[in-house]
Amino acid sequence: MLRFLTRRMLLLVPVVLGVATLTFMLMHMAPGDPARTYLGDRANPAAIAALRHEWGLDQPLWRQYLNFMGGLAVGDLGRSMFFHDRIITLLAIRLPPTLWLMAMATLFSIVISVPLATWMAVSRGGAVDAGVRSFNAIAQGTPLFFTGAVLIAIFSLNLHWFPVAGYGNTVSQHIASLILPSLSVALVIVPFLIRGLRGALMDALNSEYVNFAKAKGLNRRAIWINYALKNASITGISILGIQVGYLAGGSLVIENVFAIPGMGTFLMKGILNRDFPVVQASALVFALLVIFIYLLTDIAYGLFDPRVRLK
Amino acid sequence: MTEASQITERVGPMMRTSRSGRRRNQHLNFGVAIVGIVVMMAIFAPLLTRYSPIDQDFSATLQGPSWTHLLGTDNLGRDLWSRILYGGRIDLFLATVAVAAPLVIGTAVGALSGYFGGWFDVIVMRIADIVVAFPFYVLVISLVFIFGNGVGSIFAAISIVSWVAYARIVRAEALVIRSTDFMDALRVGGIGTVRIVFRHLVPNVVSQAIVYAMSDIVANIGVIVTLSYFGMGIVPPTPDWGSMMADGQPFFVGGYYGLMVIPALAVIVTSFGLSLIGDGLANVLRVKR
Repeated sequence: MLRFLTRRMLLLVPVVLGVATLTFMLMHMAPGDPARTYLGDRANPAAIAALRHEWGLDQPLWRQYLNFMGGLAVGDLGRSMFFHDRIITLLAIRLPPTLWLMAMATLFSIVISVPLATWMAVSRGGAVDAGVRSFNAIAQGTPLFFTGAVLIAIFSLNLHWFPVAGYGNTVSQHIASLILPSLSVALVIVPFLIRGLRGALMDALNSEYVNFAKAKGLNRRAIWINYALKNASITGISILGIQVGYLAGGSLVIENVFAIPGMGTFLMKGILNRDFPVVQASALVFALLVIFIYLLTDIAYGLFDPRVRLK
Repeated sequence: MTEASQITERVGPMMRTSRSGRRRNQHLNFGVAIVGIVVMMAIFAPLLTRYSPIDQDFSATLQGPSWTHLLGTDNLGRDLWSRILYGGRIDLFLATVAVAAPLVIGTAVGALSGYFGGWFDVIVMRIADIVVAFPFYVLVISLVFIFGNGVGSIFAAISIVSWVAYARIVRAEALVIRSTDFMDALRVGGIGTVRIVFRHLVPNVVSQAIVYAMSDIVANIGVIVTLSYFGMGIVPPTPDWGSMMADGQPFFVGGYYGLMVIPALAVIVTSFGLSLIGDGLANVLRVKR
């Protein structure tokens, strides 16, 4: 297990370096001068020069790159122009809401998908099967912000069950304000999860070990829980791992619909304020988060399925 | 496998008239019908409406559906039906073009990468790993910010991100085809490498990429309307389904649901049709294998 872990970690090093390099390049891909974009066309040249100096744009590219990477190594993501503070401190406050949102969305997606996929596998080819398939196709084409807006309209504005926006101050308020956003994000992943789980359940049910269990006289319930669902859960984990990009992208969108003070709203604020370092840093942290969760799913995969470790 | 079953396997798609076979075609036909109607409506927009999508009429704001305004008007008195038709033009055009470029680039890169292997393959696949580490929305939104709002930026941003998926799909297929007998035969026959890759390899590996392209158009429509919804996509006054939804959302409270729901339905119906085509194509191509 330890060897498996170290191998996975080492494989990540070039990806992390590449991700950092791509984020560095973002600022240099801007068609104009970022400093001028930030200050506006009519800013005086001295102010632009000062900002170029502050962002290090007046230095040769290789030194800018080394400074950027060196800064990252010690956790320095630069300073925000708008908030007048170190980005790392600003991000530290905004990370937890995003993480909770992603965690709750994952939970919701499992709670919705597992029963539906099981039901579909039981009644394969039947009305439930067809119904859930259509639901999948519709859910996949529905813009996430629209789902959010509809949920707000129904459950917040009409029924007053949940807050319309924000994050609240206490833990129970946090949870209450994250229910609708995480449900919206969950609906993005649910179609993938249902499709994968249904397939995995069908495979398991057609397998020799399930036939053997039936022959042995095990009851249906035991076969479903101990054989079919247990094996399908491995597929479920790997799908959740693959979909983590959608999860992160989804929280970027939905945080802005529900005004949750997380990383997604931070990135959007950076865009509105033309705060280049903030956009850079948020994109980087989102990518690192995704890489980290990939790693976690890999580990979970190794724990759940001994066959993976041997490869 | 016996001789006879091999033959039926090969002739399969023509001969098979099973229930599932017919349903497959139904998916495809239904999808093509939906998307066809939507595309026709966008193309022939000027013939299908008397109103301009951008002219404001303050004597007729927030009207319900009627014979003069089929779907009613918005808060600036603009005809909703016209805006849906013209909005479809830009969204569908952009979503399709932003699939075509990555499809071509990704297929070429993936085919070369899979066929040659070596350092080219290593570099391409490492770049792919890096691009994929970024969530799609995060990278596209950041890139559109960097390039500035507008159609060109959206196209560039989506292309930079999504060629990777095609390259990966095509590379995986190319790795398999590369070592087949017929590839050996071509090489022994003295056919040039470029010709082998683009005339013989690509046609054999491109089908998966085309199936993926259908779901990719759906993803593109999603990201385009999301960008416009957040005011960083298609620049007003050009009508677009995303900005229409953003404009319509405040009127939810007043009970004018249509202003947001109708453009959303346009997106959902179009995406539904495209998904059906994708499913249908996937099944047809899988049977042909």
